[in-house]
Amino acid sequence: MTNSWTDINNTDLVIVMGGNAAEAHPCGFKWVTEAKANRGAKLIVVDPRFNRTAAVSDYYAPIRPGSDIAFLMGVIRWLIENDKVNHEYVTNFTNAPFLVKDEFGWSDGLFTGYDEEKRDFDKSSWDYKIGADGFAEVDMTLSDPRCVWNLLKAHVDVYTPEFVENICGTPKDKFLAICAMIGECSAPDKVMTSMYALGWTQHSKGAQNIRGMAMVQLILGNIGMPGGGMNALRGHSNIQGLTDIGLMSNLIPGYLSIPTERDVDWTTYMSTKGFKPLRPNQTSYWQNYPKFMVSFMKAMWGDKATAENDWAYDYLPKLDVATYDILRMFEMMKQGQVNLYFCQGFNPLLSFPNRAKLTEALSNLKMLVVMDPLATETAHFWQNHGEYNDVDSAAIQTEVLELPTTCFAEDEGALVNSGRWLQWHWAGGTPPGEAKHDTWIMAGIFQKVRQLYQEEGGVFPDPILDLNWDYADPAEPTPEELARELNGRALQPVYDPADATKVVTEAGKQLLNFSQLRDDGSTMCACWIYSGCWNENGNNMARRDNSDPSGMGVHADWSFSWPLNRRILYNRASADLQGKPWDPNRKLIEWTGERWEGVDVPDISPTAKPGEVGPYIMNPEGVSRLFTRGMMRDGPFPTHMEPFEAPIANALNPQLRGNPAARVFEGDMAQFATSEEFPLVATSYRLTEHFHYWTKHNPVNAALQPQAFVEISVELAEEKGIANGSRVRIWSKRGQIWAKAVVTRRIRPLTCDGKTIHVVGIPLHWGFMGAAKKGWGPNSLTPFVGDANVETPEFKAFLVNVEPAAEEPVA
Amino acid sequence: MNIDLSRRGFLRLAGAGVAATSLGAMGFGEAEAAELAHVRAFKLATTTETRNTCPYCSVACGVIMYSNGDVKTGETAEIIHIEGDADHPTNRGTLCPKGAALKDFVKAPTRLTMPRHRAAGASEFQEISWDEALTKIARALKDDRDANLVQTNDAGVTVNRWTSTGFLAASATTNETAWLTYKVVRSMGIVGFDNQARV
Amino acid sequence: MSDTAPQPTTAAANPPVQALEGNLGPAAVVRSSAGGPVSTEPAQMTKVAKLIDISKCIGCKACQSACVEWNDTHPEVGVNTGSYQNPHDLTPEMFTLMRFEEWVNPDTNDLEWLIRKDGCMHCEDPGCLKACPAPGAIVQYSNGIVDFIHENCIGCGYCVTGCPFDIPRISKVDHKSYKCTLCSDRVAVGQGPACAKACPTQAIVFGTKDDMIQHANGRIEDLKSRGYDNAGLYDPSGVGGTHVMYVLPHADKPSIYSNLPENPSISPVVEGWKGVTKTAGVAAMGVAAAGAVLMSLFTRGNRVAEHDEEAAERLVETDLKHDGRGES
Repeated sequence: MTNSWTDINNTDLVIVMGGNAAEAHPCGFKWVTEAKANRGAKLIVVDPRFNRTAAVSDYYAPIRPGSDIAFLMGVIRWLIENDKVNHEYVTNFTNAPFLVKDEFGWSDGLFTGYDEEKRDFDKSSWDYKIGADGFAEVDMTLSDPRCVWNLLKAHVDVYTPEFVENICGTPKDKFLAICAMIGECSAPDKVMTSMYALGWTQHSKGAQNIRGMAMVQLILGNIGMPGGGMNALRGHSNIQGLTDIGLMSNLIPGYLSIPTERDVDWTTYMSTKGFKPLRPNQTSYWQNYPKFMVSFMKAMWGDKATAENDWAYDYLPKLDVATYDILRMFEMMKQGQVNLYFCQGFNPLLSFPNRAKLTEALSNLKMLVVMDPLATETAHFWQNHGEYNDVDSAAIQTEVLELPTTCFAEDEGALVNSGRWLQWHWAGGTPPGEAKHDTWIMAGIFQKVRQLYQEEGGVFPDPILDLNWDYADPAEPTPEELARELNGRALQPVYDPADATKVVTEAGKQLLNFSQLRDDGSTMCACWIYSGCWNENGNNMARRDNSDPSGMGVHADWSFSWPLNRRILYNRASADLQGKPWDPNRKLIEWTGERWEGVDVPDISPTAKPGEVGPYIMNPEGVSRLFTRGMMRDGPFPTHMEPFEAPIANALNPQLRGNPAARVFEGDMAQFATSEEFPLVATSYRLTEHFHYWTKHNPVNAALQPQAFVEISVELAEEKGIANGSRVRIWSKRGQIWAKAVVTRRIRPLTCDGKTIHVVGIPLHWGFMGAAKKGWGPNSLTPFVGDANVETPEFKAFLVNVEPAAEEPVA
Repeated sequence: MNIDLSRRGFLRLAGAGVAATSLGAMGFGEAEAAELAHVRAFKLATTTETRNTCPYCSVACGVIMYSNGDVKTGETAEIIHIEGDADHPTNRGTLCPKGAALKDFVKAPTRLTMPRHRAAGASEFQEISWDEALTKIARALKDDRDANLVQTNDAGVTVNRWTSTGFLAASATTNETAWLTYKVVRSMGIVGFDNQARV
Repeated sequence: MSDTAPQPTTAAANPPVQALEGNLGPAAVVRSSAGGPVSTEPAQMTKVAKLIDISKCIGCKACQSACVEWNDTHPEVGVNTGSYQNPHDLTPEMFTLMRFEEWVNPDTNDLEWLIRKDGCMHCEDPGCLKACPAPGAIVQYSNGIVDFIHENCIGCGYCVTGCPFDIPRISKVDHKSYKCTLCSDRVAVGQGPACAKACPTQAIVFGTKDDMIQHANGRIEDLKSRGYDNAGLYDPSGVGGTHVMYVLPHADKPSIYSNLPENPSISPVVEGWKGVTKTAGVAAMGVAAAGAVLMSLFTRGNRVAEHDEEAAERLVETDLKHDGRGES
């Protein structure tokens, strides 16, 4: 989230599209109902289903799963055509005036440079014209036909209301009514917020869905505004934290990147992290990358990371492919290329697509280690549970270790919420039986491996033997010790860059924040963006002052918000070019003539003059991007793409299937269905009574929503002869499941490209372990393909068929 | 008839007319000794409070856990109730149907209590000790790493990449657990490293 | 040391953990079933109420979950029957229930998903209490809460019949009647009910009845500004008003909300108790005999002679219909 949960109270209009906040985030959604009650805000829901969020909405419109880009580009077209644009914002705070290379273009649903064989683009033309001064060329009058604004106008021209209706199935009058509501928020004193979640991410073009709305918000001038922003509602309690800390194939904590093979040495690696400003006077904060990186290497390997050995650069693995993400790892497992796999609080057998493939893959492992508080399906993948997990145990040679861990109630530490608040919690219960903290288990594994290398030697033991393990009890580092490393400390005296004689932090002391990080090895910091969370003032994550003098839900003294306790990202853009708040009633920060001041920590250098230094300090441009250059694999603007399994052909180019730049493994393409074989569009989702596959272990939640079901329209039920509450079989090209049918008027057939499109809704919470009735989730059916940029599986739009089934025999 | 007839009297009257036996069956004899009105004893009295965060979604609601016993003083503590923290700025004491039932997650019948091992081809788990479990894991890690760590690529560039072992991290562990996990996994050269961000 | 708890004015508070003297004891009882003991000088407490704003309700069932957890009940894991509604009905283990109704507004042709939290309305004039033949099994405190004192309950099921909202349910396990207590144990120590505290969108709020009416008026104004011209408060006079009230977007049509009664009132059969001098004849005998019938249905462990049952059946045939509710 760019903003915080409590900030939603400041909005005038909420659009929930690509999510179902009332269902999945009820207590955060509270701030929507509060904004409605307190300031007359309106709520729009655009979703294939009339869902629980829609139940309290002011305006609902249906949409076909997987067609969101067409809708959003249609909105942009309408905003421009009807001049519902915050022009000052667009001209000065976005890259609208930037000139793009003449070679760049778009036709037939594809941007320039597509290579069908590689399923990839040559992105060299997707960039700015760079002038002789080394800066990007701009036309502040927005009249040059090659400026981003004019290219965008041309790009969205095809997305007429009629086109949107035809692709999305959204009735034109409803689409236009929503455009008009959104358009009102281009006024400086009207703000819209976007709340989305996996309804947008779980598509083969998920990242482009989100870009589409981000562009809408920039055109309206709503990024950086209280009550505005792009609010990704993260799914899990600390998935923000685990991503911040880089627990992904290609990440280093704080969104630094793991080197690739092309980064043959430290110098080469660093040369790609220059982030030279693209316009004069711009901050381009990533220029500090070396400080963050060296401090990270010091956190990992301490004294063993030195300037002489390039900070132990060789200790870091180098990637040969973009990522070894989960989809790739299961593909490799299926190919017999993985021997040992760990699942720490993760239940992939129900979470990832094409369960048959997952079971086959897990069966090829030598050893699977599961650390979890609960008995998961993954840990039991080898066990026969009748039709719910019909495997031949004897044939599965995988050794499995199931390790009992503590849960939240029994451990201490910080979780990062969707609004980037690091909140500390305390243990209050005794762990059951011999359940242990994850830290104890990880330390135990590490100590034993290190001991084996010490005793036996082995292949390149150095990064293991040299890993910094400076904990009072090596068998169980404490949350406090680890949190202090995340904040960082001075290893040698840290001097004021303006005055080399002045020590700002003595050796051994906690750093104040990341402004004190250095690239000379004098500081260590595990995760630069968290720096400030536990400084010499103590544990700022444990702060519990809930006062809010601003009355705007800032709560600056409650916990700690990264970065630097800033609550709203890009908040410089909440003020106009002169530094005056766009809306005096929603004043977050303002330029006093000398500095930036206000109720939030300014997201800009406090003395950076407005009009000179742009508000988007992380970008070398100093402004936000309507055009993303070559930073995304599938295009610098979002363009309509159908899902890999779609009921109609791509209207822009019938030859295209899915996202043309998405990675597809060889065997999986053959398992994608056509609408001739499977005519129904399916989508998957959560229900509010359950959290993934955990709460079905809990008798209370199991009672509130006991049994797997699918939702279908009255019309489809009639067509198929399915009675409400009866059992149905749902099958795709990859598998079949059975569930109860909930026949509802909340799903209606849509008309797209002249065809009647039926939508089947498949909630995801059931499996073969726990207290709820046994059942299946949608992942038995879904295609094994991910988003082109980040490999999020396409769970939200795929093809199935449905038929009545015999009732389950009574046990 | 007496106009001030009490309801009990009224019942007796009616009962006397038609169904005397059932009055006895209704236990009216005991009714003479009706218990005085009282509400249920307040179950949180004398419990210990601990502040925590709901582990489900990213709203991260504040919760208060009520226990018999206090872990902070080294006692065994059993959580008997969990409810929203009214002081928390986001949730203001509210909780969703999952958060409101957190106690039953903590005490779920399918919570794991002992390390278990499933041998190749077996149809059941067997309990094993922690030391045995960790020793098996460490052995497997070292053997696989020694056999499969890719130290250099075809061009001779040092890559120190280990792809035949993978690690999936979760979504609800603390930052501190995440950082320790990161250190352990990365120091070994594992690149098949991921979390639950996408699902 | 113990202090007497304050009277609650909101559910948004953290419960105390020190021992407190509760304020809902015998001294606060203003009515008691079947001549059970009432306080001669009852402590006059401020009337409280729970307000359920249907327009803010997202149907998440947090109220059900919080209710189960607070009251330590154990609803069974059932099945799906083509609805989000689980359990399917109120039970002795589920005191409150979200009822879901899909309704197409004939004026706009738009679908509305009407979700109503069902449960005890805590009537000012409680039909259950009036119908109850067991002394002191149902009481009303001076703050308006209607509570069941289970030690005195005989499981006869009269309260089910007497309730205009079809709320109480008889347990097959202990043959006693159960319903929402408005968390009387929490209110007694100055806390609001568990459901109101949990409700994510604060569609359920709790406080003094006056405050709740005022709050409702604000909500109704907001709804009218959004085109719900018939928005209004449900606080039915037929039962003397209720201590659980609804804000209904379509207050002119309560029945669209899963059959919320248009004009609830206590069944004439039960009202018969009141006019005893006039109706003590057949009707009165009928009710008492109906108790015997219900006894035989609901509390199988108790003794009812066959001839009594037959006699009773004959007598109540025309007076009382029952549909077996209470079994669960």
